[in-house]
Amino acid sequence: MKIYLRNARVVDPSGKYDGLFDLMIVDGAIQEISSPLGGNPVNYEINLRGKLVVPGLFDMHTHLREPGQEYKEDIASGIAAAANGGFTGIAAMPNTDPVVDSADVVKYVIDRAKQSGLVDVYQIAAVTEGRKGERLSEMKDLSEAGAVAFSDDGSAVSDSHVMRLALQYSSMLGRPIIQHCEDHSLTKSGSANESAETIRYGLKTQHRLAEELILSRDIMMLKAFGGKYHATHISTAESVNLVKRAKEEKLPITCDVTPHHLFLDDNLLGNYDSDYKVNPPLRTKEDREALVEGLKNGIIDAIASDHAPHALHEKEVEFDAAPFGMIGLETTVGAVMTELYHKEVLDIQAIVRLLSLNPRRILGLAVPEFNLGAKADLTIIDPDYEWVVEPEKFKSKSKNTGFKGMRFKGSAVGIIRGEKFFFSDRLK
Amino acid sequence: MAQGIRNLLGLRDMEPDGIVEILDTARSFREVLERPIKKVPTLQGTTVVNLFFESSTRTRISFELAERRLSADVVNFAASGSSVSKGETLKDTARNIEAMKTDIVVIRHSSTGAPHFLSRLLKSPVINAGDGINEHPTQGLLDMFTMREKLGELKGLNVCIVGDIAHSRVARSNIFGLTKLGANVAVCGPKTLIPDYLEQFGVKVFVNIDDAIQWADVLNVLRIQLEREAGGDFPTIREYRLYWGINRERLEKSSKSIVIMHPGPINRGVELDADIADGETSVILDQVTNGVAVRMAVLYLTGAKPS
Repeated sequence: MKIYLRNARVVDPSGKYDGLFDLMIVDGAIQEISSPLGGNPVNYEINLRGKLVVPGLFDMHTHLREPGQEYKEDIASGIAAAANGGFTGIAAMPNTDPVVDSADVVKYVIDRAKQSGLVDVYQIAAVTEGRKGERLSEMKDLSEAGAVAFSDDGSAVSDSHVMRLALQYSSMLGRPIIQHCEDHSLTKSGSANESAETIRYGLKTQHRLAEELILSRDIMMLKAFGGKYHATHISTAESVNLVKRAKEEKLPITCDVTPHHLFLDDNLLGNYDSDYKVNPPLRTKEDREALVEGLKNGIIDAIASDHAPHALHEKEVEFDAAPFGMIGLETTVGAVMTELYHKEVLDIQAIVRLLSLNPRRILGLAVPEFNLGAKADLTIIDPDYEWVVEPEKFKSKSKNTGFKGMRFKGSAVGIIRGEKFFFSDRLK
Repeated sequence: MAQGIRNLLGLRDMEPDGIVEILDTARSFREVLERPIKKVPTLQGTTVVNLFFESSTRTRISFELAERRLSADVVNFAASGSSVSKGETLKDTARNIEAMKTDIVVIRHSSTGAPHFLSRLLKSPVINAGDGINEHPTQGLLDMFTMREKLGELKGLNVCIVGDIAHSRVARSNIFGLTKLGANVAVCGPKTLIPDYLEQFGVKVFVNIDDAIQWADVLNVLRIQLEREAGGDFPTIREYRLYWGINRERLEKSSKSIVIMHPGPINRGVELDADIADGETSVILDQVTNGVAVRMAVLYLTGAKPS
């Protein structure tokens, strides 16, 4: 099996093949990287003039919903959505039913994912049994079974003693604790950020300190007890400051931000459309600007989708009654290219670090390389493809996105991962 | 001639002119209520559904009277004893009722935004009769109507809303409506019941009730939900009454006569003493009467069919 990618702008973080190249991929491995031959492509050749070829993108925060909630998403549809969105690898969160807190469930997900094989699926296991926040899960056994990190995502590890144990125990395994920072005693029934806008909209709100308090506490605990710590979906200006200060102290901390916290804010809530209801809630314009600044100066390590599928019947209800979350696998690249690349906030090298290299490194995974003989693991991006977000066209089973109707410039148009590949009909 | 309005979801996004149009229309319906025969044929052949997902006596009766006095056909739907308790969604309930060829929907719901949600699903005009902690626009309008009736122009009037501002849809509709028409609005209550950011909407905040009384021409006193005490939002009802309860002694410190309003039902002896509620400066029962006229105006303006 041969795939010959012609006239591609290769974005190679090592710098070795950064530029215009032809790539010959044979049986899933990169066999040839050469200066463009020119001429017109034939049969197995694909002309990528004007397209970018980047190391395969990786989403470190996805909800696949299987096992247990296959009506929202399943492993197969989640993989299809990931491929369509340009990701060659994803890490699944453990808040399924049953919760991923035993080696058996980890193996189940990994085996199911291998049946498709198009996208690498890694599993994040629960920090505590049943995500109840009381007793540690069998972390070592989970780790042996393939779990790449631990998180009770959807909830924080609230109890300080349990958090101490989690940091200490996981430090033996070298795997990070991924914290969903939320002081639940402060959030209660609040479904929107507390701001002038949401007070005006008459929404039940939650204060930003709910995130910042847990993050501050965790930074202090990290200092005292060690371990590796990753704060996921940070959403406030002060959270960026907290991580900055912790990094200045050389603490082993990393963090990610979602596209919706970067590009959407709480003034969108005035129509009470539950597609904008996410947790943490959409914040203010000032927070968005601070998060973008955090990407620019390297304080934020990764962009992660927090792809959270919910069925139409669950979202098509009163705002208070709707579940939190929006899908993101199929909009992340479009949003990032539109808002960061074309607006010249970040160059493509920085975007590749945020969407491919860093998330893999945080989870201790190998980074794709453009080397002769290396397994192909790459994403093709058309930076100039203009499109309107139409959720009904997504591969995901769910359609809940706050980016609906928005106009994007830039899209993933294909992935190659070893012998598996996917080319979107957007690839022209 | 009245232009009509599509929905009445809240006062937040209304133009001042639109609010004035409703208030002016209500004035002519207020006159109807003084006639021996209090019924007009305006909405003959129109079916209005009152969808009440939260218990209400006063607002429901007021809407129903307004509807009947406009000669509309009225259907009442209360959440208990209906299919909602069998787990039907709001969407299904509303669409099923509309499929029976009704014309206007009046909704009261415990969740903010429920009327806005319905208005996206239904072809019928939707009137908000109170949604969560968000708005109660007809209450805001009837309060403004009453202030206009008693004191003339709203512009420059000092109106202080007293009590649980954070959880009050009445407060929010009053703030939006009154500020749009040029009144000066203040709120007063314990800090834990006043949301941050109100100053950004041009609202003055008093913590001390005596300061509020010195400032105000009108006190709109809110009902203290007794369950707020249990929720710990303030220490005790006793303490609330001691420091924010409206009584004669407090009012007598002011040199002017302050108009007393209350959306009802009153906790007598808690937020408002009985002699003040029934006293010469109280307009609480006028508010109730005016409520019917204002709701007639809103129904007329949403239900007016193009001729």
